[in-house]
Parts: sequence; structure tokens; C-alpha cells
Amino acid sequence: MMACHFLRALFRIQQTSTSSSSSGRSRRIRRAAYASMAYSAGTRRAWSRALLRKLRSRARLRFPRRLSRAATPQRRDMDQAQVLRKLVPGGPSMDDCKLLEETADYIRCLTTQVRLMQTVMDSISS
Amino acid sequence: MSSRRSRSRQMSSSRITDEQINDLLTKLQAVLPEAHLRSTDRVSAAKVLQDTCNYIRSLHREVDDLSERLSELLANNDINSAQAAIIRSLLR
Repeated sequence: MMACHFLRALFRIQQTSTSSSSSGRSRRIRRAAYASMAYSAGTRRAWSRALLRKLRSRARLRFPRRLSRAATPQRRDMDQAQVLRKLVPGGPSMDDCKLLEETADYIRCLTTQVRLMQTVMDSISS
Repeated sequence: MSSRRSRSRQMSSSRITDEQINDLLTKLQAVLPEAHLRSTDRVSAAKVLQDTCNYIRSLHREVDDLSERLSELLANNDINSAQAAIIRSLLR
């Protein structure tokens, strides 16, 4: 479950970081956030598979990413999908339909993760 | 010019129709903020895509921001097991 993974990661980060490494700590927390999202969706989704690949390769997590081999827009009214492709993990290799489906799921997961982080914050600071 | 006529570009996958795209766009719009304020009839692809991109960008920024704030909190406070239990129960 997303919450357990994220909480365990926070414990670990707190125990293993020093007071002088605050920017490193926030980067690790950010990485833990995307990791817990990816693990919660597992291999069921193209976006989570792409995110897991990125996490395992220790690559930097940047959004938007460059489109090196951009998928060609298939429909005129979906031209704006090119921008969306850069924002969704795995976007560049998705056709328009897949992109729309994956995006909806990605957004649901992101909003859940944000709520989780807010809950953790409120709980620690009270 | 008309976007109502479905374009049958032959891909390795099946033909993508206007209806399919509109259906997916409607479902996507449903996860955006203030979804209840919008009509569920034909949606403008450009508008939904733009709103979607803006929303994803703002969510990414929130993750960044919350990560920094959590980082500061962790520096000053310990997460003890009681708090962990509270957090878990809040999330059920």
C-alpha cells in the first residue's frame, strides 16, 4: 500500500540523514513519493512501469522530459497531446488513446500521493 | 477541417473514432478539479488537454513543495510509532 511504503521510506530518510543535508533529504523524500506511487500501481500501468524503470536506473526524475523520439500526433485535435506526453511517465511511446487512459490514472495516483503527504505533514506537525 | 468525420488512419491497432476519443477525454476531464462544473457533452479536446497539463504541472509542484516541507519537519521532529499509527488510521 502506498502509505506504508512512503512512511517506511520517511523513517529511513530521517534516520540516515544529517542536519547538513537538507536539500539531499528533500530530494530523497521526493523520490520516495514517486516510488510509492509507482509501487502502488505496480506493473499494471504503462506510466508506473516507465516510472519504475527510471527509478531503478537511478536516473534523475524530471518532468517535463525531452521528447527525443516524439510520437507523431495522430489526429489534428490532439496536437496538444505532445505537451502532455512530456508530463506523463512513458508518454512518448503511447498512442493518443493510451495516453488519455494512462493520464487519468496517473492523475488519480498523483492526487492520492499529494493527499498522503499532506496528511503526514499535518500529523507530524501537530 | 471537420473533426466529426472519423479518421481512419490504418495503424497496427484499430481505427480510433471520434467517439472513442471523446469518451476518453470525458473520463479524463472527470479527474480534473471542478469536474462537476463542466458539461459532459462533447468536450473540446484542446481545452481538456490544456487543463490536464496545467493540473499535472501543479501536482508535480505540490509534490516538490511538500517534499521540502516534510524535509524540514523531519529535521526538527521525530516520527514516532504513535504518529505512524495515527497516519495509517487516517488513511483508511
